[in-house]
Amino acid sequence: MNSLPADRRRRKYFLSNVYFLFLAVPVIIFLVFVAYMVFYLFRNGINVISWEFITRPPERGMTAGGILPCIVGTLYVTLVSLIFSIPIGVFAAIYLAEYAPNNLLTRMIRSAVRSLAGIPSIVYGLFGVALFVRGVHLGLSVLASGLTLGLMNLPWIIATAEEALSSIPGSFREGALAVGATKWEAIRHNVLPFAFPGILTGILLALARTMGETAPILFTGVTYFTRELPRSPLQKFMALPYHLFALATQHDQLMKARPIAFGTAAVLLILVLMFDGVAFLLRMRIATANKWQV
Amino acid sequence: MKKLFTVATLISTMLFGAEIIVKGSDTMLNLTQRLAEAFSAVRPDVTVSITGGGSGVGINAIINREVDIANASRKIKSKEISSARSNGVNPVEIVIALDGLSVIVNSRNPVSQLTVEQIGAIYRGEITNWNQLGGPNKKIVLYGRQPNSGTFVFFREEVVKGEYSPAMRQMNGNAQIVEGVKADEGGIGYVGLGYIKGIEGIKPLAVARKAREDYISPADESKVRSGAYPLTRPLYQYTNGRPKGIVRDFILFELSPQGQKIVEEEGFVPVTQNYSERNNQILQ
Amino acid sequence: MKRRRIADRGVRVLFSVNAVLAAAVLLGILIFLLAYGIRAFIPAGAVDPEDPSTQPLTLGGFLFGASWNPDAYGQPEYGIVPLLLGSLITTVLALLIAIPMGIAGAVFIAERLRGGVRVAVKMAVELFAGFPSVVIGFFGLLVLGPALARVFNVPSGLNVLNASVLLALMSLPTIISVSDDALRVVPHSYREAAYALGASPWTTAIRVILPAARSGILAAVMLGFGRAVGETMAVLMVAGNAPIIPRSLFDPVRTITTTIAIELGESAFNSIHFFALFALGFILFLIALFTNLIAEALIRREKRSFTL
Repeated sequence: MNSLPADRRRRKYFLSNVYFLFLAVPVIIFLVFVAYMVFYLFRNGINVISWEFITRPPERGMTAGGILPCIVGTLYVTLVSLIFSIPIGVFAAIYLAEYAPNNLLTRMIRSAVRSLAGIPSIVYGLFGVALFVRGVHLGLSVLASGLTLGLMNLPWIIATAEEALSSIPGSFREGALAVGATKWEAIRHNVLPFAFPGILTGILLALARTMGETAPILFTGVTYFTRELPRSPLQKFMALPYHLFALATQHDQLMKARPIAFGTAAVLLILVLMFDGVAFLLRMRIATANKWQV
Repeated sequence: MKKLFTVATLISTMLFGAEIIVKGSDTMLNLTQRLAEAFSAVRPDVTVSITGGGSGVGINAIINREVDIANASRKIKSKEISSARSNGVNPVEIVIALDGLSVIVNSRNPVSQLTVEQIGAIYRGEITNWNQLGGPNKKIVLYGRQPNSGTFVFFREEVVKGEYSPAMRQMNGNAQIVEGVKADEGGIGYVGLGYIKGIEGIKPLAVARKAREDYISPADESKVRSGAYPLTRPLYQYTNGRPKGIVRDFILFELSPQGQKIVEEEGFVPVTQNYSERNNQILQ
Repeated sequence: MKRRRIADRGVRVLFSVNAVLAAAVLLGILIFLLAYGIRAFIPAGAVDPEDPSTQPLTLGGFLFGASWNPDAYGQPEYGIVPLLLGSLITTVLALLIAIPMGIAGAVFIAERLRGGVRVAVKMAVELFAGFPSVVIGFFGLLVLGPALARVFNVPSGLNVLNASVLLALMSLPTIISVSDDALRVVPHSYREAAYALGASPWTTAIRVILPAARSGILAAVMLGFGRAVGETMAVLMVAGNAPIIPRSLFDPVRTITTTIAIELGESAFNSIHFFALFALGFILFLIALFTNLIAEALIRREKRSFTL
């Protein structure tokens, strides 16, 4: 009499586990697909990558040589975008996390920032053309592209920075305020140092995603070919994602350019994964180091 | 602000050497890129930056004073000339090479020659099956370019003479058309001569102006050179006013024997006598 | 002491100004798109009766026109319908794949994975969300396209199906992460109550946790929709891009985003065509904005339902 319910319970739990296994299928399909994509790109791209490849400009009609101008161009615009978006983003996040009263204006600001994160990148491209290229006459340049990308990654930086600040317990601030510090002093000495790794994580993730963006730079400054590295922020530039796009779809000798395309894809992916990887490591260290976080 | 920008550009040019900005035709993209590469070996002090996007993009950029040279695989339209004039821009035309626009099909397709009118009917969507042209019973799949392409415009003016069938796949570049037709037994596409040399799996059609005339293949370079091939077209570069300084140097290099050798290597046809006389007048 | 007070006041102003500035970007984009887009509908300077390309558009023709052909041989046409349908068809098909996969995946991750495995899987999902879309498009062009062409025995793999599969993949990370968050905020008491009533973990997950998180999961779907409808480069590389209303999965398709990407460079500054593309951008902006606002309201609703 006792064994029957136990038996049934075991069966019920067994079935329950079986059902859950079915739910694992989509996750596995997704992971396998992603893994295959990475494997495919690296298998075809990794032996193209050499010291030459990353330190030389394209040669013989982009069927030989390297992709140095693309690497430099991509890092350059990404840097310009971050120089613009880090201060604004971090300051805005400090306001939202530390100062903002719970009122309509704050809710509107939060809502606007979150909405910005959902605006398609091509729309940022249009805005960049209207404001930076035409409006303030930056022309097609590193600066115009960088600012456009900066607007795009601004909401990402704000979101992660605000989260990092909010995760610092209130007691940290109260301790400083109790001994007579002003609010800013409390934030500066008792909050920012602890939130810094989290903010940095957000910046690294934003950096990685910005590097791979194509649509915002398409009409604001990227170029198919320039042998020189961009020396002034008002010059046009080559960029890894656009180079990949052009070689994959527009080159006249697709097959001859294909190894270079694979190499470009691999280099871009390595750069993105590298910054993402550092961000993840940092996040894990924060999770283990911040004992106050349960 | 505009002034400030001009000053900034001037200073950066003075400090860092000169830059020529070229934009336009995708058909000419690789050709100009090769030319720029060779040019920078001769003149390391000059940077040439090249962007594609299509002939319309390039001409538009010269109208807006954004570039030094516009690449175009079609002639500038009168509408474009007038909008250039109203912007104070005077477009001047140079021919740097000739191209035989090639109509390609899959190499397993038995059809090997068509008239311009038949090709036009195919692209207008009036002929939809290869059996209407003596081929197998197979649906015709159209591959073409996007409207920003000079090839798109040239082909429409010279061959389609009407609206393209909306079912035409609009590929990003010539190379994608080649790839598409290579994989598609029912496919037909049009690409610059430079794209068909040494490519397996596709074949260029011999084309006749009218049903009773000779069918001529673009693979025969002399026929492209003489203009006997019906879809021969010049490849243009436009500048604002007569080219001066380093822009002139670059164009002279393109037209030099060394430059024209690259034109041939890239699969195009060197500039013929009558065009080079016209060029010389402008470059005097 | 006084100086410290002033500094305190000063930084406060500095921070608030930046916050307002960040929010103003949204307004700025809205204003610019509207100001530029609207000029496609009003005559700009001289309308040349001989030249159809200088004719301003009518709002009706733009919103309900069934043909998009700005560079026509004859009369240019600026009907958004095929592009809007192109965007919606690819996105909806993508979601048909991504919603079941994403929700199932999220339930599995939230209910079954713990510790290191969970962290690793979530990391992989997040990593893929940051993959450059050109890289994904490149893969679609080289691998998925030929594979689809072979499997379905169609001439070209650059079609609706290819674009939808890529979009499904690209919206999956969003759907999985947001759904997972939604499932995780369901209070433990729900689970304990279900177990106490003798429900198995499976029944608890499907009958109790999932319905309780439905607002959040709907928000995940909305955000996934926003992600897919706004994607440009991957679609541009694999969709074939003919501006027709597709009749089958194997027809080419043109979306709003790819139309902007293809045509913005060719259109002369200050031309009707140029402004029409901003009008397209404005429509896209509205779609994205409403999608986000709805998602946000849903997330708020879910959080509120558990805090009482």
